[in-house]
Amino acid sequence: MEIVIASTVGTLTAAGIYLILRLRAFAIILGLALLSYAVNIFLFASGRLAINMPPILNPYGDAAYTDPLPQALVLTAIVISFGMTAVLVMVALGAFLESDDDRIDIEEPATEGPEQGTGKGEAGAS
Amino acid sequence: MNHWIIAPVVLPALLAPLIGFVMRHDVPLARTASVAGTLALMAIAVGLFVMSMGDPQVYYLGDWPAPFGIVLVLDRLSALMVLLTTVLAFIVLIHAIATGWDARGWHFHALFQFQLMGIIGAFLTGDIFNLFVFFEILLIASYGLMIHSGGRERMRAGLQYVVINLAGSTLFLFALGVLYASTGTLNMADLAVRMQEVPEGEAALVRVAAMLLMIVFALKAALFPIQFWLPGTYANAPAPVAALFAIMTKVGAYSILRIHTLIFGPGIEATHGLPGTWLFPAAIVTIAIGALGVLGARRLMPLIAFSVLGSMGTLMVAISAFTPVATTAALYYLVHSTFSAAALFLMADLVITRRQSDWLSARPATVQNGLFAALFFAAAIAMAGMPPLSGFLGKLLVLDALRDPGIIGWAWSAVLIGSLVTIVGFARAGSLLFWKSTSIAVDLPPAPDTGEDAPAPSAAEIAARRPVGVAEVAPTMAALAVLGAITIFAGPLTSFLDGTTAQLFDREGYVTSVLKLETEG
Repeated sequence: MEIVIASTVGTLTAAGIYLILRLRAFAIILGLALLSYAVNIFLFASGRLAINMPPILNPYGDAAYTDPLPQALVLTAIVISFGMTAVLVMVALGAFLESDDDRIDIEEPATEGPEQGTGKGEAGAS
Repeated sequence: MNHWIIAPVVLPALLAPLIGFVMRHDVPLARTASVAGTLALMAIAVGLFVMSMGDPQVYYLGDWPAPFGIVLVLDRLSALMVLLTTVLAFIVLIHAIATGWDARGWHFHALFQFQLMGIIGAFLTGDIFNLFVFFEILLIASYGLMIHSGGRERMRAGLQYVVINLAGSTLFLFALGVLYASTGTLNMADLAVRMQEVPEGEAALVRVAAMLLMIVFALKAALFPIQFWLPGTYANAPAPVAALFAIMTKVGAYSILRIHTLIFGPGIEATHGLPGTWLFPAAIVTIAIGALGVLGARRLMPLIAFSVLGSMGTLMVAISAFTPVATTAALYYLVHSTFSAAALFLMADLVITRRQSDWLSARPATVQNGLFAALFFAAAIAMAGMPPLSGFLGKLLVLDALRDPGIIGWAWSAVLIGSLVTIVGFARAGSLLFWKSTSIAVDLPPAPDTGEDAPAPSAAEIAARRPVGVAEVAPTMAALAVLGAITIFAGPLTSFLDGTTAQLFDREGYVTSVLKLETEG
């Protein structure tokens, strides 16, 4: 059980980091999704691993239970990462449509040329 | 229980959807609601600030007892930060409305209110997972604000910003998982208690968690080696949004201060020496990068962004000492650097609109060149740390606090040389923008009072020739006035901050208030 969970977290994290380092928008979205899966499983394991146990205290005492708090944390983390992935997809799409390029790096404009949005000021006015 | 503590979180949380859904087609209505909401927030913040003078006050959400439910804690530091946020937000909001930035895209005011909710919540919360949630709220709102009104460069910079912060959030969750696995709690006060009795075998895990948390907060505070996002983001964000973001880096600084005084505070064996080992050198390098960036910048917005980076370095050098004197100096510098960064960004917005370019090159002088030069001069000497404004006092306090023989050499040379290089950078930029420009012949009479020329100039050109109105320049003036005020009242302010620091370092007082130990024991 432990080795399965640990190697899953490790593999997902490694794959996620590799994809993020690809520096292309689509690969990064996948990579961040894999990382969020990894962290969800990791959070789940942070309350100790237990099989077939209810996440509630037994009122009569000694019955075993599993820690409910990590489950609540994972639920929150899933919701947040889902929302964040949606935002990321929209921003990445917007950036791709604006610049016809899905690379993450930004190259600095080398010289003072025609700039985004503002246009050339006094050249047009003269 | 004092219900006002949760009011600054609930008010924007209710107002933002209302603005987003009901008022989105009615710009004047949305503006009115947003201004009214921010004013109310400021009033609440002043009230909380007055209330925070005694012991820390605790708000138990749903009335759950402390280690089990989420708590909000109002102490002097969090009240100060909330007040700072609301004052800055009001200034920025007025600027955004007066210059019409808010109408250049959708949902500016709704996102603005959500942003305030996240920032204020992060300052108030006493639960570390709740801190994560508020971080996400402020981040998701900041993504929207960052790409407000679009444009090619801005979208690409926004994508970078989103990606790096999502990676940071993942690290935050890993840190919280490790922390929960080794201590079994997420309440900050409870963590502080458990941290005292961490068994030998768990010490390495706790150290890993502390290190991961430090990386996450250093990412927010833009410390070397994870500062790369800041210049690109701030330089490409809409200027009022960049001015508001001046408080976001402070959220990272606040979190480091809070976590390392309360949870991993002095005397904890497992995390002993972490800030001195890692935070201090990182802050020194950050100052250097900021100063060199100011010197090398070829455009105005990146120049200001790098100066913000340098000021974060100075702030973190002071914080990383973790002595009461240095923390008082850091808090003073924090207030100062927030408003000086905001003043610079707001001023830059006015100038860039007039010049129609943010390149640092000589162009024909704009209307009211003298006014802009004066504003730039005032904001730049504040940021660079020259007398008479508060930057000088702040850096003096920081230097005075860092007299420890082990760090004095690095800290003093970094801060002093960094300031000198920053001054040179600002002087170069200012003389290019405002001085050399006056020696270039103007092709067209500036015609300050009219835009009705025969060949129908474009909207940007009309805006460029229009002299700046009172409402547009007032926010910049207000930010500078705050700087002037904290210079004049530096004595009362620092003695107040002394009290804040004393409370911050009083770990027992915080823990007792949150966990209600005296009633049980």
